Amino acid sequence: MSDTPILEMKRISKDFPGVKALSKVDFRLFPGEVHAVMGQNGAGKSTLVKVLTGVHQPDSGEILLGTKAIHPTSPLEAQKLGISTVYQEINLCPNLSVAENIFIGRQPRRAGLVDWRTMNRRAEEVMAGLNVHITGSQSLSSCSIAVQQMVAIARALDTEARILILDEPTSSLDEGEVAQLFQVVSKLRSEGLAVLFITHFLDQMYRIADRVTILRNGTFEGEYLTADLPKIDLVTRMLGKELAEFTESSGRGPMGQAVVREPVLSVRGLGLRGSIAPFDLDVGAGEVVGLAGLLGSGRTEMARLIFGIDAAETGEVFVKGKRARIHSPRQALLAGMGFCSEDRKEEGVLGDLTVRENIILALQGRNGAFAYLPAKKQQQIADGFIQSLRIKTPDASTEVKRLSGGNQQKVLLARWLATNPTLLILDEPTRGIDVGAKREIMELILNLGSEGMALLFISSEFEELIRCSGRLAVLKDKVKFTEFTGDDINETNIMRTIAEGK
Amino acid sequence: MQFFLTLKRSKLVWPLVALACLLLFNLFFTPNFFRLEMKEGHLYGNLIDILKNSSPIMLLAIGLTLVIATRGIDISVGSVVAISAGVVAVLIGGDFAGVPNMPIFAAMAAAVAVATLAGMWNGLLVSRVGMQPIIATLILFVAGRGIAMVLTNAQIIWLYNKEFFFVGSGYWLGLPFPIFLVAAVLAVTAVVTRRTSIGLFIEAVGINPKATRFSGINAKNILFWVYAFSGFCAGIAGLIVCANVKSADGNNAGNLFELDAILAVVLGGTSLNGGKFSLVGSIIGALIIQTLTTTIYAFNIAPEISQVVKAMVVYAVSLLQSPKFRARMAGLWVRKAVVHE
Repeated sequence: MSDTPILEMKRISKDFPGVKALSKVDFRLFPGEVHAVMGQNGAGKSTLVKVLTGVHQPDSGEILLGTKAIHPTSPLEAQKLGISTVYQEINLCPNLSVAENIFIGRQPRRAGLVDWRTMNRRAEEVMAGLNVHITGSQSLSSCSIAVQQMVAIARALDTEARILILDEPTSSLDEGEVAQLFQVVSKLRSEGLAVLFITHFLDQMYRIADRVTILRNGTFEGEYLTADLPKIDLVTRMLGKELAEFTESSGRGPMGQAVVREPVLSVRGLGLRGSIAPFDLDVGAGEVVGLAGLLGSGRTEMARLIFGIDAAETGEVFVKGKRARIHSPRQALLAGMGFCSEDRKEEGVLGDLTVRENIILALQGRNGAFAYLPAKKQQQIADGFIQSLRIKTPDASTEVKRLSGGNQQKVLLARWLATNPTLLILDEPTRGIDVGAKREIMELILNLGSEGMALLFISSEFEELIRCSGRLAVLKDKVKFTEFTGDDINETNIMRTIAEGK
Repeated sequence: MQFFLTLKRSKLVWPLVALACLLLFNLFFTPNFFRLEMKEGHLYGNLIDILKNSSPIMLLAIGLTLVIATRGIDISVGSVVAISAGVVAVLIGGDFAGVPNMPIFAAMAAAVAVATLAGMWNGLLVSRVGMQPIIATLILFVAGRGIAMVLTNAQIIWLYNKEFFFVGSGYWLGLPFPIFLVAAVLAVTAVVTRRTSIGLFIEAVGINPKATRFSGINAKNILFWVYAFSGFCAGIAGLIVCANVKSADGNNAGNLFELDAILAVVLGGTSLNGGKFSLVGSIIGALIIQTLTTTIYAFNIAPEISQVVKAMVVYAVSLLQSPKFRARMAGLWVRKAVVHE
């Protein structure tokens, strides 16, 4: 790590109509370090990155690259200055080849024509430099998400980058893939690259970052060496709340006991080849059943079978003791189920519709098209949920795409709660949202359970599962393993099951 | 003032501005453009002609608005117009005395039913087979004219039944009858889409069919019925066309109507990307196209270049609808103003 920063942002301020997005924020980046920026949603992380990459121009403050002041006005200009970005949503073209994706717009040419052989060879070289060995001509869609992420990094790096910005690169990766990515980041760091890393995952931040800048509500909260900053201090600074408040609420929830009651949902031998091996599952009223497992372990596939999105090949589903034929989400809805998908953007909210329309959608679907809810009633329902779930929106007629991720998630939850389901399936409801909203959603899960709703709760974060679940099933490699109850629900048991698979 | 503010935020403002500009142009440059005459209890004039002549396109545009809102397209509507015209002409028959083969209402109902079936065929291909809308409807676009030719035995059937002509050229309450047909279909469509949640479901499917399905809505059924409805609208348009020209011509009835109808929807502010739609916007779009055509006729512009003039106006209206373009134009204006100081 060198002593002189390669990048200094000094007292950066940026206002949007009605919002102070950044107010006098400082940020430094040294060559050969990974510097994390942490903060809740709306803390100003993405605005800071957008100012740096020229998407937004700061209202005041200066940016020094080395010793020179820069004023990037577009991402292209920033890239020419050596500031490259890899975004959370990989923006590559899945139908093009790996090489084409890396060299798009600057393909090597020979006699005016694209030199395919050189291009593929150079792509392979670049990827090999990142410890990924693939052929340049294979199509991007045939690669795993992690490899696609590497291709995005390769593209960002190819242009003499001095600064690499990684904006939540790990949110769709599983453990192994994260390790692969971090290996590459470490390698780049040792080669002297400065990496700005944005993430929501505290553990990952501690694993890879040397230094961390914390933002809160658009203000600079502090810059620390990660080695000197205990986890609990980090969280306190991000939330700006007292320690006691946080630790108190992170104890075991009221759902510590498994509820022995007539199950609302009983699944017997439900399975689909290549998706999930036949499994049994019971969920009782007022019970939160957690599903633990790594990405790709079959958690989501299980939920999709139960909700009728995928057609099961074997097995039966009973709702309240009666055999239910569920072959479509519509039938699941009519049987009293709800399902919040993990892919909020693609399978959840409808961005161009208003908050109100999004909330009443499933209820209206259940009631049927002709049992139209009067505008007043719709407004009432929407306003009720905006208030009770504390959805931050100017009003119910705002388009959902204008809300932050956490608030979009709450809108999606409200859509299902409006149907008053007997069973609600939540697939990663806390993914990609800030700590505050996460806590609110977990509290909501516990409350719903105590009010008698049956919940099936999927999460990648064991801590959340342990806190909320009364019973916990562990999955590995598309097979459902042991169920734990009570004090047996702990990280050791989960990890052991995943590791040993029994 | 409040009214203008609401109007400015409304999506309809730019189509309305375009229509107003066209009319204003005619006010200054076309003599007697706005003159209305009452003859034998019937209103005559350019404005009435525009309403009357645009009615088939308006009907097609109403059906297409819903199709386009689901992010689909139906290019077969022109051919379905020909099928509907063929069916009604064959069923009424070309008797010189005008004696119909079967009751006129039954013949018309049958024609609209056949057109609706054609729409259902499209809907089946799109929603159940999963074909891309442009390909699915391309099949009927091509085959439809063939079907119409088979129906009429590859001949132009001339009709002599005066009662049937009323549908195309009759007058009611002093106004051409087709206008009332359009108004009725528009009103029913507006009520069905906005007073039930069908409109919301259509928009939801257009924005994201997967998320809509996951919300427990039968997205396939929505798609199916939207195409069926487009066929229904084309069926009614076919009746008007057939009654107007007093004949059914499998080759030329409704020829290229699909393009004008799609254009009307787009000019009216409904995006080809699906989602939010505006029925009234599509009606205004159809009026823009017809006003333009009438203006071109009024000016005796040579037919060779009339299409170019039309294209240029359409181009201008489309640009007007782009927020990006407007922002840039406003930017130019401001910069010029600064230079002048």
